Amino acid sequence: MNGTALTNGSTMRGPDKLLRVSVWRGGAGGRFKSYEVPRQDSQTVLDVVTWIQRRVDSSLAYRFACRVGMCGSCAMTVNGIPRWTCRAHVARVAADDRLEIAPLANLPIVRDLVVDMSEFFDKWARAKGRFVPTAKRRDDFARVRPSSPARRAADAAIECIGCAVCYAACDVVAWNPAYLGPAALNRAWTLVRDERDGAHRERLAAVAGDAGCHACHTHTLCAERCPARLSPTASIAGLKRATALAALRGEL
Amino acid sequence: MIRSDWRGRGHPAYWAFLLHRLSGILLALFLPLHFLALGQALAREDALDALLAWTERPLVKLSEIVLVFLLAAHLAGGLRLLVVEFAGWRRESDKAIIAAAAGAAAFCALIYALNLI
Amino acid sequence: MSARTETRVWAAQRASAAVLALCVAVHLATLIVAVHGGLSAAAILGRTRGSPAWAAFYTLFVVAVAIHAPLGLRTIAAEWLAWKSRTADIACTAVGIILLVLGIRAVVAVTL
Repeated sequence: MNGTALTNGSTMRGPDKLLRVSVWRGGAGGRFKSYEVPRQDSQTVLDVVTWIQRRVDSSLAYRFACRVGMCGSCAMTVNGIPRWTCRAHVARVAADDRLEIAPLANLPIVRDLVVDMSEFFDKWARAKGRFVPTAKRRDDFARVRPSSPARRAADAAIECIGCAVCYAACDVVAWNPAYLGPAALNRAWTLVRDERDGAHRERLAAVAGDAGCHACHTHTLCAERCPARLSPTASIAGLKRATALAALRGEL
Repeated sequence: MIRSDWRGRGHPAYWAFLLHRLSGILLALFLPLHFLALGQALAREDALDALLAWTERPLVKLSEIVLVFLLAAHLAGGLRLLVVEFAGWRRESDKAIIAAAAGAAAFCALIYALNLI
Repeated sequence: MSARTETRVWAAQRASAAVLALCVAVHLATLIVAVHGGLSAAAILGRTRGSPAWAAFYTLFVVAVAIHAPLGLRTIAAEWLAWKSRTADIACTAVGIILLVLGIRAVVAVTL
């Protein structure tokens, strides 16, 4: 029977195009391991990882959930660039039929393609990225005009799903261990612009300084990489203005 | 942990950052020399003239043109940052601003170079 | 440093940057005009000697640079050399003082 013999012992029939895939295996001291994966139409990088785990090595650890680009769980480094692997079509990202798949940068590796997201969410909390309500049970609903400048600014940044692609892409995160990062600061901005929130002062204090918005150098790696097309760069610039104003007024 | 590498760092805003930082470092290194050279005029006018004669060498003149470019680039990049930080960052217009800044810096250096001849 | 102080440091960096934007623009124009006529001590000093306007301008320039450059270097030291401590702050202040001293000396040299 005609077919291409694969390294795992099975035979692949049909189109004999192969992808040469390098996948990170192990923890921090791990290394890249090579696999050959059959190439298909409309194939995503998540499909490639899944194929390896099902057909070659069931011990390969990786995260995914929705596989349709709305949960952000499958974020990994593909050919050096952090992406949602379920939305990364092999046809677009694999030059010369080569793929290098690694876990997200700037976060501790648990195993293989899985990173420990604790620090990412800890920083989110440290940036006071949580809404603090002021209304009481008997109060009427808050009336927020969607067209108001404050609400439009918040809405422009609100769709973040916490996938950590921007955090993995950011150089300042790599250079400055205390830096809160683009996602946490972006979320803080949406709350700074939320007229219902009751922790404005504390939040500005939380995001100011060398570990906060003032460490951003407008590399715009976050805005370049965000799969939801958000602009943490713009949000962080907004935080700079807000904190400067607060400092001027003696409110910081 | 994995460290990000040079891939994915080819966009204009990243080059703008790199140029801004490197030009800042080089200008900071140049400044004390510049001040010391001008301070020579404290001694006698001849001292300054002697130094200026030394700067007539082609390699020095070339360095001057580079320095003017670095100064103009640091200024233009800095103006962009002031705009971003105080008026907001817009994805649509950022590339154009970077191009304009680079163009203005190159223009300054060119004018300087032409005036040297 | 507290978040408030770090915010003030950032503001000082931007304020000095704004002042420098004007100073550098004037300086670039001056350079281009000066070099056109040929660079000589007589030409430079002829313009600047005994001029209170140039003295004031260059003094402002030097003060702004003495604030701006050290703050920039401090950030680079923290990010690229992992040097972030009281010693680093002292070193950067020292750089500022050196620039101020050498700069004022140069201003005196060419304007007095």
